[in-house]
Amino acid sequence: MNINRRAFLKTTGAGLMASTFPMSLVKIAFGGQGPAQDFTFGYISDAHIQQIQGNNFVRNWDMGLIRAVREANLLTPRPDFFMFGGDLAQLGKKEELDHGLEIMSNLRGKVYYVIGEHDYYLDLGEYWQSKIGPLRYSFDHKGVHFVTLNSILTYDSWIHKKWGSPMDRMLAMARLDNPNGSPFMVGEEQLTWLKKDLEKVNRSTPVVVFSHSPIQKIFKPWNFWTQDAEKVQALLKPFEKATVIYGHVHQIEYNQIGNITFHSVMATAWPWPYPESYSQAASCLPKLTVNMNRADPFFERDATGWQFINMHNGKVDVHYQLPDNKNRTVVFNSKIGKPQDVDYQDYNSQIPPQTHF
Amino acid sequence: MRKNRKVFSVSFVVLMVSALLAISFSIQADEFTKEDLERWDTEFMTVVIKGEKLFHSALGTNKVSCDQCHPNAANTHPETYPKFQQQIGRVVALFEMVNWCIQNPLEGDPLPAEDPKMIALLSYITYERRGVPLVPGKH
Repeated sequence: MNINRRAFLKTTGAGLMASTFPMSLVKIAFGGQGPAQDFTFGYISDAHIQQIQGNNFVRNWDMGLIRAVREANLLTPRPDFFMFGGDLAQLGKKEELDHGLEIMSNLRGKVYYVIGEHDYYLDLGEYWQSKIGPLRYSFDHKGVHFVTLNSILTYDSWIHKKWGSPMDRMLAMARLDNPNGSPFMVGEEQLTWLKKDLEKVNRSTPVVVFSHSPIQKIFKPWNFWTQDAEKVQALLKPFEKATVIYGHVHQIEYNQIGNITFHSVMATAWPWPYPESYSQAASCLPKLTVNMNRADPFFERDATGWQFINMHNGKVDVHYQLPDNKNRTVVFNSKIGKPQDVDYQDYNSQIPPQTHF
Repeated sequence: MRKNRKVFSVSFVVLMVSALLAISFSIQADEFTKEDLERWDTEFMTVVIKGEKLFHSALGTNKVSCDQCHPNAANTHPETYPKFQQQIGRVVALFEMVNWCIQNPLEGDPLPAEDPKMIALLSYITYERRGVPLVPGKH
């Protein structure tokens, strides 16, 4: 009863918000200093659309993506584009990708896609490429250079070992806590491509990298990890302004390594525990991160969400839209050169639900 | 009369033998061997592994499994139960929250507390949290 009432209130609220979303939440800038302009893009990630049988899909995950798309459609003025951060499907099936794309087709605006491991390991990205496009690419927009990586590759020996079937490989990679899993990586071939791609870019041009896995090493047992992260970081080092935005972790994370700012995005499907909640292995969650609230399982959408991101002077401000919780905003503080939560960065302003154990 | 006496003496012998046996058994019960310990550990770990398999399989009707939200059974906090589950409005045991998950996100039927499947799930969940001090009631 309580759930229904709260869900109703929030939905009604979203309706009302349609009129208030405009200027209060989205900053638009005209011109600005230098060639990089300020603009907004939307980010939806980790939908994990899961087929039960035939045209029957897991309702909970469907609702997460449907809700994100509906809310994102209320953004006014419209963001310049959307990014989908990977794991559209749960087990890489055509039916799941098709169903996910059908929901995504309701999103008004241009959408770019990052591939996740759940989309890849059944057919190694074949269907994805035929329906969506290349697994890595770059583009320029209003003075910012954007690069999308396929960061969920792994050792060829693991990919091509003797699997009973491609679905066995998919299931092995889909299991987050698989002790026989394999670490994500960008791979030498793609690193060469990236190096070439970035050579053409002026060092003062802001660069934003989209990846599914974190291009930093946080927690290997759950692949909150990219094996050759340092090699990607080295290629980004010469740039004055570099940012990496990643999915996969289903939780709020942010970090600063040298000149590179890292932001995670939320899942629309379900939240994941912070690595520190697993007592049998050490985690390296960035100290800068103020955790999201502990999820209340009785609210289906709690600790899930989507985000809109303001490009501001070549750095990003991430606005986490959390349907069953208070929204969070993490902005780049150029004075100290680090991303900060606008409400909770100070230890004394943090609240009990942000403590995970 | 004679028959009764015979019954009595047989009963007496049986009683004495049982008493002796009881004494000898109680001596045995006080002691266990390395082999016993190994066996009991193996028995437990067999159930943990069974629990791990169940935790990673579809226990409900929608193919969703426990590990999708709880990798390595993290964020289940067995050390905090029994505790006041504010959403339910009373103090609950861990198996009740496991059943809540089976019924809601997994859209399945609850398991009896003593169901071997439930015991296996609880064994795995608790084993993954080994070494963490008990904090009953903690939210």
